[in-house]
Amino acid sequence: MASSQEEVTLLGVVGSPFLHRVQIALKLKGIEYKYLEDDLNNKSDLLLKYNPVHKMIPVLVHNEKPISESLVIVEYIDDTWKQNPILPSDPYQRALARFWAQFMDDKCVVAAAKFVLKVDEKEKEKATEELYEALKFLENELKDKFFAGEEIIGFVDIAAVFIPLLQEVAQIQLFTSEKFPKLFKWSKDFYNHPVVKEIMPSKDQLFVYFKARAQSLAAKKKN
Amino acid sequence: MTEVKLHGFWYSPFTLKVKWTLELKGIPYENIEEDRFNMSVQIFQYNPIYKRTPILVHDGKPLCESTIIVEYIDQIWPENPLFPIDSYERALARFWIKYADDMVSAIRLLALSSNSEEQVKAIEKIWEHLRVVEDRCFNDHEKKFFGGDTINIVDIAFGSMVKFITVLEDALEVKILEYEKFPHFHLWYNNFKNVPIIKENLPDQDKMLAFLKFSREKLLGSS
Repeated sequence: MASSQEEVTLLGVVGSPFLHRVQIALKLKGIEYKYLEDDLNNKSDLLLKYNPVHKMIPVLVHNEKPISESLVIVEYIDDTWKQNPILPSDPYQRALARFWAQFMDDKCVVAAAKFVLKVDEKEKEKATEELYEALKFLENELKDKFFAGEEIIGFVDIAAVFIPLLQEVAQIQLFTSEKFPKLFKWSKDFYNHPVVKEIMPSKDQLFVYFKARAQSLAAKKKN
Repeated sequence: MTEVKLHGFWYSPFTLKVKWTLELKGIPYENIEEDRFNMSVQIFQYNPIYKRTPILVHDGKPLCESTIIVEYIDQIWPENPLFPIDSYERALARFWIKYADDMVSAIRLLALSSNSEEQVKAIEKIWEHLRVVEDRCFNDHEKKFFGGDTINIVDIAFGSMVKFITVLEDALEVKILEYEKFPHFHLWYNNFKNVPIIKENLPDQDKMLAFLKFSREKLLGSS
């Protein structure tokens, strides 16, 4: 447990799947923290100070020491607070969990973002194809109720939070139960997990985030 | 008796990262050289998602993606640890390893550049990365390496990328890691490449130049 001497601050933007990954990890471990909402189109001095390299949220600040990159943060949380472990203790299983989490970022999140923020039909078609390719691997990998096991959620589930964010909250159908029965069920179960449910944003909040994200991407393209 | 096999490309920075890790820890392994244009069936079996090397097979269990592999090796063989023990330092290491790995896209762009405009653009991208590292990572003047007095996994991650950059410098007759622009980084690399085990396991520069020429001809239809 974080004692009163330990200061944990989290900088984020509500609706960001990367932020929500960290929030789930903190909640699973029962860590109290101060949350600071930032603005993607008007980044705070604090954000620029704590993440000068990428200037992106989420950033966790623990006793004045900043960490960025959501999966790095989640691993740090797991390393530092030992209760309710997020990663498996067996080194090989641990390596596999890291592999699937990285796969989420490399292949799934990018494809899902393109799918949601699609510009034209041709792009959407391509994004759908890429997403389906990636999701097929996940569908095959899912052996229990959650990626981590029958009743516990873990690193890979947490990395995949963007799926229920889109399927359940935004109600953007990434996939159907016919094509991806296991993932479809996983998404509902994960969304309904008490820890996850508590931190999920509302549909409105999520759409505000999408809008801000689209705006900041458009601004980047101009520059 | 434990069996370790490494499937890789002798010229790849990612394979190099794993090789250096194994060599520094004195772990006996069988090196299986793959031909990128004619990979063995096992590569597709072990790594159906990315279909690439390096792949480590430990007692028959395959692992892909160099960063995941090296962290696994460090856990299984903890003598001469290459990852920091402190969880914050470890989070920082993971951040910088990712940053080093991210340089590969600009390096690849440069390697396959077909005109001077592309070349300049690619070099500028690499400079952006080098600038960040130069400005942020060498503030502790007591430290000879990222790992302190001895090299660690961050040295290995940057070292493998910089090695490739030096090959491009020779092949394309351009200066990238210039002393005037990046004095600390330049000095660091000179020290790094002279560490005995690294020196013994540095791919031959001429061989790499020839290979780069061959690859460019094959992929671009020109040199």
